[in-house]
Amino acid sequence: MKLKSILLGVAASAVLAAGTIPAALADGHEGELYIPSLSYRTGPFAGGGIPFANGFADYLNMLNERDGGIGGIKIKVEECETGYNAQKGVECYEATKGNGALVYNPLSTGITLQLIPKAPVDKIPVLSMGYGLSAAGIGEKFPYTFTYPTGYWSQMSSILKYIDANGGLKGKKIGFIYLDAGYGREPIPLLEQLGPKLGFEWVGFPVAGKDMQNQGSQWLNVRKERPDWMIMWGWGAMNATAVKEAKKIRFPLDKFIGNWWSGAHADLDPVGADGKGYLAANFSGIGTDYPALQDVIKHVVDKGNSKSDKDKVGDVLYNRGLFNAVIVAEAIAAAQKATGKKAITGEDMRLGLEKFDLSNARLKELGLEGFTGAVKGDCADHEGGGSVFIQQWDGNDWKRTTDLIEPMNDVVRPLLEDAAAKYVSDKPDWKGQTCG
Amino acid sequence: MDLLNEIFVSPFGLMFDIPDLLIQTIWEGFVSGVLYALIALGFVLIYKASGVFNFAQGIMVVFAALTLVGLYALGIPAWLALLLTLGVMALLAIGVERFVLRPLVGQNDAILLMATIGLTLFLKGAGESIFGGEPKSMITTELGLPTGVSDWEVFGGRVSFQHLDIAAVVIATIMVIGLAVFFSKTRIGRALRAVADDHQAALSVGISLNQIWAIVWFAAGIVALVTGIMWGARSDVSFALEVIALKALAVLILGGFTSIPGAIVGGLIIGIGEKVFEVYWGGLFGGGVEAWFAYVLALIFLLFRPQGLFGEKIIERV
Repeated sequence: MKLKSILLGVAASAVLAAGTIPAALADGHEGELYIPSLSYRTGPFAGGGIPFANGFADYLNMLNERDGGIGGIKIKVEECETGYNAQKGVECYEATKGNGALVYNPLSTGITLQLIPKAPVDKIPVLSMGYGLSAAGIGEKFPYTFTYPTGYWSQMSSILKYIDANGGLKGKKIGFIYLDAGYGREPIPLLEQLGPKLGFEWVGFPVAGKDMQNQGSQWLNVRKERPDWMIMWGWGAMNATAVKEAKKIRFPLDKFIGNWWSGAHADLDPVGADGKGYLAANFSGIGTDYPALQDVIKHVVDKGNSKSDKDKVGDVLYNRGLFNAVIVAEAIAAAQKATGKKAITGEDMRLGLEKFDLSNARLKELGLEGFTGAVKGDCADHEGGGSVFIQQWDGNDWKRTTDLIEPMNDVVRPLLEDAAAKYVSDKPDWKGQTCG
Repeated sequence: MDLLNEIFVSPFGLMFDIPDLLIQTIWEGFVSGVLYALIALGFVLIYKASGVFNFAQGIMVVFAALTLVGLYALGIPAWLALLLTLGVMALLAIGVERFVLRPLVGQNDAILLMATIGLTLFLKGAGESIFGGEPKSMITTELGLPTGVSDWEVFGGRVSFQHLDIAAVVIATIMVIGLAVFFSKTRIGRALRAVADDHQAALSVGISLNQIWAIVWFAAGIVALVTGIMWGARSDVSFALEVIALKALAVLILGGFTSIPGAIVGGLIIGIGEKVFEVYWGGLFGGGVEAWFAYVLALIFLLFRPQGLFGEKIIERV
């Protein structure tokens, strides 16, 4: 076969793999609260995308069934498959934004980075819940982007606080293994700045997307560098492989901490008992022992209207998706209250997100007492100052092992402000906002 | 000066200072190389017999492994599930021959390649519909594969040998020898080589092209299943495994598209080369060199020896 033929075929495959956006997404949704769900149920990251999308859809569908929607208006959740691909994510955005979309939840830092400049133009907010651009938590510079309940930099600082409380940070070597993509690289500037300040050394181990299940070299490097702790920013199939490789080189798993995308049931179920001791950050409850989860089971899952198996309801990522839906629902309610309108727009939704106040009392009302910490945003704070807790894999299930750990706000906030200012510095037309 | 030191001095100093790490690196590279060679073998088998570059080989690895764990999840004993998976791969081979290749006999190479891309999308969709997109655990112990580790205390350090990796090397070696014997000593094997040399001549002496294609696709299916089991046991079974197969492209460019020994030697060069380069010279590039090392090496080969180490030199009359 000639090289020309092969190249032709590869080019054609790229066209095929890019896929197409269903024309059906072009309908309007008047009289409904229209929430596009940029999900991924296919591809190498589907293991994380599926439970998240299920939890997100099930909670909003439960509100439809139990309460008739929000403020008497039904919610319409429409999924668009992105495959965790930024280009497809943008295609989904363009195909759905004209339908009265209230908010976008990209579930991908790569897609989020593409949507951030579009959000103020189209006046549709982006809620990158705990992911995306950390600096987007600065409301003055990013009026249309929110990272509730917290961001990557804050989370990294909470993890460093945990390490500091468990043997100290000063003089330690921290290994950082990460997916070599926008998501994985996001906390590197923070490590670069905090290392000298807090007296630790860090060394990075990038894992290419196509080598997620082929990490032998990275872990040989870990063995060579001998870090005291390992921190992971992994996603999808990368996580299980990393834990197995860590076990293989006999790295102590109770000194290996994943971020909140590296600590799901989908990640550790394939590892099983070999993963015992591995730690991960989390900010949403585990299990179904919450009245709101019981309502989801009663009104959606038991009626056969969920895409999730019943035994997967309550898993880490299912509950994370559900929490994302809770933030969306609460912001819609806040927007309705602030504007006096039932059918709101993206601009109203932005207002609702700025008035977001998920107190412990409100969590109790929602049937989610103890599910997460209180989160409150405002015009200036689009991050919410949320905390994380640390959970540990016991060989069979995740167990929460710490209370909520607040981020190092005093250190991180100025760094975020600097990063936000730098982001907009070369964009003369960028519109920020002034907060009272 | 620092750069020269980083290139020519400190890596060798590190090899000398921590020799156990060097041995471990070479062993890990050897195991990866054997697995790359297995994937490449699947490509070579089909290319030799039909001239088709089988873009679907990577997804066949995933599909075979998913079928195995999926059947086991239904309560079927592991070894029976393995036999049934072989049956599924045989049906797939017959289906590919009957519905994909046969209608396209005599078509341009690019069309045949496109057909295998179509097959990739079909298998991906079918796999996700039937088994779901979540990662699954390989049934390693249920299949009787060893899972322990043996340590070798050497040069004041330790080299660890995972029993699973040893098993992968042994099984891959048996498979390669088996395939080599099959193709050189059996009647079907000789027929296959005849088809590979000249389709028309093979047809004229009564060799059934359809039968040979089905057999060779089944052989590639078996190779895919073994690769899926071994790689799945090292991490898990997910659709991310498909992209590992892309590395076999570099292996093929190194070894030659038509050479079984080439696939093995190419796999080992890339497996060991990328590990050694990552560990000792990776820091020069900020790490992550494993992602591109194989392709750069392949590019260099394309420039200086496009037919690969063992491939046949292409002479085209113009």
